[in-house]
Amino acid sequence: MSGVLYEDVLPGGKHWSMVLKRGVALKLIDKEGGANVGMLLYNPANLLERYNAPDTLKCQHTFKLTRGNCLYSDMGRIFCSIVEDSVGWHDTACGNTTKAMVAKRWGLKSYQDHRNGWTQNGHDSFLVEGGKYGLGRRDLAANVNWFSKVAVADDGSLAFDPVNSKAGDYLTLRFEMDTLVLLHTCPHPLNPAAEYPRKPIMYQLLKAEKVMEDDYCRTYRPENGRGFENNRIYHLCCGGEA
Amino acid sequence: MLKESTLTPASAIYRQVVPAGDYWMHTVKAGQIFRIVDSEGNQAADTLFYSAADPSEHYSAADTIREQGNVYLGVGTKLISQDGKAMLEIVADTVGRHDTLGGACATESNTVRYALEKKTMHACRDSYLLALAENGHFGLSKRDLAHNINFFMNVPITPEGGLTFADGVSGPGRYVEMRAEMDVIVLISNCPQLNNPCNGYNPTPIEVMVWDKA
Repeated sequence: MSGVLYEDVLPGGKHWSMVLKRGVALKLIDKEGGANVGMLLYNPANLLERYNAPDTLKCQHTFKLTRGNCLYSDMGRIFCSIVEDSVGWHDTACGNTTKAMVAKRWGLKSYQDHRNGWTQNGHDSFLVEGGKYGLGRRDLAANVNWFSKVAVADDGSLAFDPVNSKAGDYLTLRFEMDTLVLLHTCPHPLNPAAEYPRKPIMYQLLKAEKVMEDDYCRTYRPENGRGFENNRIYHLCCGGEA
Repeated sequence: MLKESTLTPASAIYRQVVPAGDYWMHTVKAGQIFRIVDSEGNQAADTLFYSAADPSEHYSAADTIREQGNVYLGVGTKLISQDGKAMLEIVADTVGRHDTLGGACATESNTVRYALEKKTMHACRDSYLLALAENGHFGLSKRDLAHNINFFMNVPITPEGGLTFADGVSGPGRYVEMRAEMDVIVLISNCPQLNNPCNGYNPTPIEVMVWDKA
């Protein structure tokens, strides 16, 4: 990874979106500890191709996401690879907060009364960001919750880990194809904190190194080698560099 | 938890055998009881639900597992939409648990999971797409293909964060039964997968049954 091209801070409880080109890396940094970043991914050239959590998990025989894992679209291609991760476990099964959930757990703070301190939720955040690209509630899928860990006991019950990510923890996503990224910094829906958690993150854009044959993510599982081959074919079809 | 139904097939108002590799798409009314039978055992029934009143409201796997605090579906599970509403509730089950994390097979994911040469093998998403094309009156398209339930399928998660496709916990004649809490469009792909043990490498028919509310 070479120098930082751009960086910015997203305060807690906010949302944003961007199109990242193949070869760009996105580094997310938990500034204070306990952050959560909800994320959904789409192909900007065909919005019907989108991040598919079940395919991502079953292709790599994992319930958690960490370094080496790739995020798959429903078309068997890799949007991005996790090339750095100081955390070790990220959730992609538990979805989002909704307005009703926020009201029940923490109490709603309206925009009228609290301005930028209002209690935004993940579901509405995705509706707003997705709407900028013609996406709506029909298009919402299971999202990633970066920095959040939810473990599963033998009986299937879920347990949120309140100390999974510490101040300064980070992960880096290397984009393997052009990708529309929707993200928010609203709390994880299972976060039991007494107060609405408002945790800022820093995000940085970097230029990724070329992906070599022995790349860690590419060789992490045999399936990922085939995923990278699907990307190669896709870029060949687009007339670009494979 | 296992719980047998008190309903008998003879009193069902509707019965239909669905061969492996086919889809079944019908509306079930609020209050009706809907059963899927794993007729020959070890089959996977990849199932989606939509609100009949507003098909943009669909079953949501993430909302369902989070709201019940458990990744496995069984008796008492409320099947939740992306709007947080209960669409159906599982009221009887002779299998024990069902998966909603594994999603549906697709030709493209088969290339990743097994081999690029498998890309032309029949897959659940193909059945879904044909179903949507042949039932245009519902107004659904690929964007509505949310993450589904895999009834009868066993996908254990470990405390360390592993996930495997294990041999089924189902068997011949076992079934799962649910009560519709709203009018729902049911879309099932009876899984044609030949590459993994989710259906014992041997896709077989299922049967669907509907009872009117008592």
